Amino acid sequence: MDGDCGEVRSQKTEVSNQKSEGKSQRSEGGVSDFRLLTSIAIILFFVVFYFYPMAAIIGRGVSPAMLDTLADADTWRIVGFTCWQAALSTLLTLAVGLPGAYLVARYTFRGQSLLRALTAVPFVMPTLVVAAGFNALIGKRGWINLLLASLRLPTPALTHSLAAILLAHIFYNTTIVIRLVGDYWSHLDPRLAQAARTLGANRLRAFAAVTLPLLSPALLAAALLVFIFDFTSFGVVLVLGGPRFATLEVEIYRQTFAFFDLPAAAALSLLQLACTFALTLIYTRLSARLSAPANLRSTEFTQKPLHTLRRKLAAAIIVAGLFALLLSPLAALGARSVTRLEAERGQRGEIQRGLTLDYYRALFDNERGEAFFVSPIAALGNSIRYALITVMLSLLLGIPTAWALATPSPVGAVSTAEGRGGGLLESLILLPLGTSAITLGLGFLLAFNRAPLNLRASPLLIPLAHTLIAFPFVVRTLLPTWRSIRPQWRRAAATLGASPAKVWRRIDLPIIGRAAIVAAAFAFAISLGEFGATALLTRPELPTAAVAIYSFIGKPGALNFGRALAMSVLLMIATASSILLIEKLRIKGVAEF
Amino acid sequence: MKLKHILTLIPLLAACAAPTPAGPRALTVMTHDSFAVTDSALEEFESANNATVQILKSGDAGGMLNTALLNKESPLADVIYGVDNTLLSRALDNDLFERYDSPALAALPAELKLDSENRALPVDYGDVCLNYDKAYFADKGLPPPANLAELTRPEYKSLLVVEDPATSSTGLAFMLATWAAFGDDGFTKFWADLRANDVKVVADWETAYYTEFSGSSGKGPRPLVVSYASSPPAEVVYASAPLDDAPTASITGAKSCFRQIEFVGIVKGTKNRGLAEAWVDFMLSKTFQEDMPLNMFVYPALPSAQLPDAFVKYSGQVESPIILDATTIAERREALIETWTEIVVK
Repeated sequence: MDGDCGEVRSQKTEVSNQKSEGKSQRSEGGVSDFRLLTSIAIILFFVVFYFYPMAAIIGRGVSPAMLDTLADADTWRIVGFTCWQAALSTLLTLAVGLPGAYLVARYTFRGQSLLRALTAVPFVMPTLVVAAGFNALIGKRGWINLLLASLRLPTPALTHSLAAILLAHIFYNTTIVIRLVGDYWSHLDPRLAQAARTLGANRLRAFAAVTLPLLSPALLAAALLVFIFDFTSFGVVLVLGGPRFATLEVEIYRQTFAFFDLPAAAALSLLQLACTFALTLIYTRLSARLSAPANLRSTEFTQKPLHTLRRKLAAAIIVAGLFALLLSPLAALGARSVTRLEAERGQRGEIQRGLTLDYYRALFDNERGEAFFVSPIAALGNSIRYALITVMLSLLLGIPTAWALATPSPVGAVSTAEGRGGGLLESLILLPLGTSAITLGLGFLLAFNRAPLNLRASPLLIPLAHTLIAFPFVVRTLLPTWRSIRPQWRRAAATLGASPAKVWRRIDLPIIGRAAIVAAAFAFAISLGEFGATALLTRPELPTAAVAIYSFIGKPGALNFGRALAMSVLLMIATASSILLIEKLRIKGVAEF
Repeated sequence: MKLKHILTLIPLLAACAAPTPAGPRALTVMTHDSFAVTDSALEEFESANNATVQILKSGDAGGMLNTALLNKESPLADVIYGVDNTLLSRALDNDLFERYDSPALAALPAELKLDSENRALPVDYGDVCLNYDKAYFADKGLPPPANLAELTRPEYKSLLVVEDPATSSTGLAFMLATWAAFGDDGFTKFWADLRANDVKVVADWETAYYTEFSGSSGKGPRPLVVSYASSPPAEVVYASAPLDDAPTASITGAKSCFRQIEFVGIVKGTKNRGLAEAWVDFMLSKTFQEDMPLNMFVYPALPSAQLPDAFVKYSGQVESPIILDATTIAERREALIETWTEIVVK
């Protein structure tokens, strides 16, 4: 996000350079043929794996029963709750995130990079890991209830409540506010507010009249993005909300698995699709405005060290608060996964308390008559295999897409068909962004469970769904990097006698390679933690780690709960490592969020 | 893993599913989480048929059935056991099972054979009744409720835990019992009153019985639970210290229990028809039928099967259970669940 403006400017010059000398590049005819082929291949992929499943939803959803679903007061109550909890979560997230955003925007301090790295972790933490973490913290068998019980105080049910849902949403999205708003804020010229103060405005008025309006595009974009994530929240609501709370996502899942009412599930999916598309479109419009603001300043100019004691203290409180919020559920999870505190079923009254690795050992057990054909640890192996296939597929798809979008086509070669193809490609990136995981999963379930394309039992089905989900992130990581390669470099190399292949190898590849690793890590982490589409598509012979966590956490008995936590810890470690890799390889100034 | 490896894996997986002449044949039985069988009985079947049996537990009966239906075109199992009379029509209407006129059917009572086409064969039955924690009511000097209607009284506030009928067949059976007992209007009022009386709803029987109910080993907070007339003997049989009497009892008065019948069926399109038939015959055989009561605490469908002593001694004698025919259940099930959800959960 840092320095987006610089990037935009360089893009503009790039485009004008292209225009001035377009026609001379006839030799690139082969390249443009290749581009056309690439575009067709990618569009074909989307036809089969995106439009066909969506058509299957429309086929099931558009029926006389759809009117019943849409006329049902229950449907609108669920839509209402989905919006209400998302709005509430968004407001709370802004309230929690803004002090942090201000801190990273205006001050330089020790531990800033650590804070930044830390805030990256929750963003891709698997929802089931977070749900398990909050269960370990505030759940019935969690630390807080254990503490209250040991003090002989009443133990309230904190999970299965709106509060638990909100808490998990704040945990997830505070990061977005800090990054989006904080980065933007750090480039705002502080002299504007200082001028207002000199003219007699007090601190509050200067903020309200000057800083806030300047900040509003970033605030709106962050709020909208947070709202979208909360609106489509599934795993958190399913596990922490319990049966009383249902967002549209959870209701689609319930209609499918609890009632087997596929027409109703499809009708709700169409409703969900309309909502998410509208929200995503507004967001992309807003974030486009974000990249072209005026009067941006480098951070060297806008940031200063914390020099008074009061400021240092305030900063310490903010940082400590953020650390507590972001780390406590994960720490609770880790600690609870190695602690035995209650009797196993059947051991009436005999409780052996203490540290134990039993829950981890139990992950290797494969007893006859479990929910899966394989041991829980094998589920983690499946997750990793699925994630690797997802990485391959999404790079296979994402690199050509980014290439086709980033390499400006020579003006002379722009046929109308190709022009349209480029536009199509551009909007293809948006489609999976505007489609919730459950909707995608339901589409796959309805489309690929029968001839002509019966992929129901194929081990590729889940990675294909994950690829679509990861695709926008992969392209958005690659595209800015590719666009940052100045055509002069390529031309200079060509002038010095390099063949097109050598230009590619010596100029494009080294720069793209790094971005591709970051994109791969993104795809890996997304696939590893994905639960919505997976929950609908999973089969007992190839379960994923997230599915195993969900299966164990809902079952009674200390051992099942312990296994869910142990599995969550392993999944958390796997995901956190891939995120650390992203942070290490991130090229400052070019990566988009 | 390389894509190439995955692609080579596909025929490999297909090969695993197909029967191979050498080595034991694999049979997959899909069932609910409450399924249990004595190892020796299962091994007897395996060695007699040169087979290995994979038991796939897929949640509560409702969730299991829907999972099976969503995978109908690429079946997850050869045989499905545990679909009961509350959900039978959903399985049959969606064409999940193949007909099998098992020779064992002749010995079973006619009133259990609800599918005239023999796609679903009855294996066992049980009565869904309220269970209570005897110690709790004795300590409080409170008589347990005598029937369903009394549950809404203030002295039973915050005492009852039930299963969600949308996800649990036990919960569904209990909900149907209340509908049969009170009629349409009485049903609405009863559940609204029960909600006001702080009824707790959980997703499945295991959670209700083992984590919420105070009479079970889980030592939960609530002394009243929707379970089975045969749950009290289970408490005696599985007690860690020998017990003279069951710590729990069931409420078995007239019109308070619901007769639940469980079925087995061969999945349409199975590649293991012969072995699947052998499994169905095995479930209806005396060996399995006599093994069931103490493993799953249900009554065997086979009248000649001997019941264990503890089972007879501690099971409540159910007076005139509620029996609903499959057509009525099929017609009313979804609408009642919706009404129930509206009243109780929302």
